[in-house]
Amino acid sequence: MEHAQQLFGNLFGPEWGPALFLVAKNVLLIVAIVLPLMLAVAYLTFAERKIIGYMQLRVGPNRVTFFGIPWLGGWGQPIADAVKAVMKEIIIPSGANKFLFVLAPVLTFAPALAAWAVVPFSPEVVLADINAGLLYILAMTSMGVYGVIIAGWASNSKYAFLGAMRSAAQVVSYELAMGFALVCVLMMSHSLNLGDIVRGQQGSSFINWYLIPLFPMFLVYFISGVAETNRAPFDVAEGESEIVAGFHVEYSGMAFTVFFLAEYSNMILVATLASIIFLGGWLPPLDMAPFTLVPGFIWLLLKISFLLFCFLWFRATFPRYRYDQIMRLGWKVFIPITLVWILLIGVVMQFPPSMRNAFPLSLWFH
Amino acid sequence: MLENYFPILLFIFVGLAVGVVPMAFGWMFGPNRPDSEKLSPYECGFEAFEDARMKFDVRYYLVAILFILFDLEIAFLFPWAVVLNEIGLFGFMAMVIFLGILVVGFIYEWTKGALEWD
Repeated sequence: MEHAQQLFGNLFGPEWGPALFLVAKNVLLIVAIVLPLMLAVAYLTFAERKIIGYMQLRVGPNRVTFFGIPWLGGWGQPIADAVKAVMKEIIIPSGANKFLFVLAPVLTFAPALAAWAVVPFSPEVVLADINAGLLYILAMTSMGVYGVIIAGWASNSKYAFLGAMRSAAQVVSYELAMGFALVCVLMMSHSLNLGDIVRGQQGSSFINWYLIPLFPMFLVYFISGVAETNRAPFDVAEGESEIVAGFHVEYSGMAFTVFFLAEYSNMILVATLASIIFLGGWLPPLDMAPFTLVPGFIWLLLKISFLLFCFLWFRATFPRYRYDQIMRLGWKVFIPITLVWILLIGVVMQFPPSMRNAFPLSLWFH
Repeated sequence: MLENYFPILLFIFVGLAVGVVPMAFGWMFGPNRPDSEKLSPYECGFEAFEDARMKFDVRYYLVAILFILFDLEIAFLFPWAVVLNEIGLFGFMAMVIFLGILVVGFIYEWTKGALEWD
C-alpha cells in the first residue's frame, strides 16, 4: 500500500499524488465489489432456471459447458447468454425519445449498484462506513423507480406506458411499508449505520437477532422487497399475458440486459439487507465453537443465498397476484401492521428500566 | 467525516459506467439494420392507433400523492427512531400524537375509497 502511495506521489507530484491514489484505491475496492456481484447476478439467473426447472420436474439448462467438460453442463449458460445479448441489435423505436430511452436502463442500474457502497460484509470490511447508511440505501433504492418510469415514457408504446405506471405505483406503495418496517429496526438499533445494526444483534445465539422481536417486520420487509423488485408473484408490471413485458417491451439486446442486471442486483441487495438487518449479518447462529470458526462473511453469504432461494421458490410456487390485490396488500395490510408495530416497540421502550432489563426483553432492548 | 462519503460518490460514477459500457458494447458488436416496421412501437401486430402518451387513470396520481405524504412521514420518523431511547416519554408522546393525526387521515382516505382499485 505504502509503495503504491509513494509511486503515485512520485508520478503526479505532491499535490495530485495523494488525491489520485485515493481515487485509484477506491476504484479498485469498488471493482472488488462489483465484479463478484456481476458474477453472482449471472449465476443467479442460472440458479433460477435450474431451481425452477427442478421444481417443475424439468432439468433446466444443461448443454452449454466450458471446454467440453461434461459434468459442467449448463454452467456456461450465463456466459453464453451475455455473449448473445452483446451481439443483438439495440433497437430504438422511431417514436421514442432517444436520450431518455438510452438513459433509463442506466438510471435503473446505477443506484442498484451504488447502494452496495455501505454494505458491511464482515465486521471491518465495508467500503464506506457512514453513519447514514440505511438512509443512503433507502435513497438509492428509491431512485430505481425513475428508470422504470422514464423507460415507459420514452418508449412511446402503450404497453410500456401501462407497465411503467403500474410498476411505479406498486414500487412506491411497497416502499412505504418497507420504510415503516425499517423505522422499527432503527428504534431498536439506535443507529443508521449498518455495521452498528448488526452489532446490536450480537449475543449468545440467533435469539438476539431482530428477526425474533420484529418477525412481522421481517415478513413485511421481505415481501415488500419482492414487490419492489417486481418479482413474481407481484410481477404484474411485466405480466406477460396482459402487457407483454411492461416497461421494457421496446428494449432489446444490451439495453434490455442492463434492466435485467438491475433487477437481479436489486434482488441480491434486498436479500443482503434483510440478512444484515434481521438475520444478524455476519453473526453465526450460535456463538460457540464450531460456528464461530466459520468466517463471518460465509455466514452472511449463506443467509443471502437462502433468501435468494426464497425469491426463486416464491416464483415457482405462487400464482400471480391481481393488481388490486397487490395494492390492497401494500396499503391496507402492511401499512397498518407496521404502524401498530412501531407503536408496540415504542411502548416497550417506555417501560421502566427494571422491566426492560428483565429476561426476555433484555435480549433485544439495549 | 465527509471523506467517508467519497467512495460513495465514486461508486455512483462506477455504477453509471457499468451501465453505459455494456450498452456501448452492444452498440459496437450488434448489427444495426433499422427498418420502419422494426422501429414502430410494438402493438401485437397492429399499426399503432395513436400516440402512446394517453390519458391514464387518476388513481395512479392519487397513489403518488399519498406516497409523498407517507414518505415524508417516514422521513420524520427516521431521526426520531434513532434517538428514541434518549428523548424519553415526551418524545414518544409527541410522535404518537403526530402519528395519530396521520392515522385519522389514513382512515379517512380508506373510507373514501382512495385505496380501492376495482
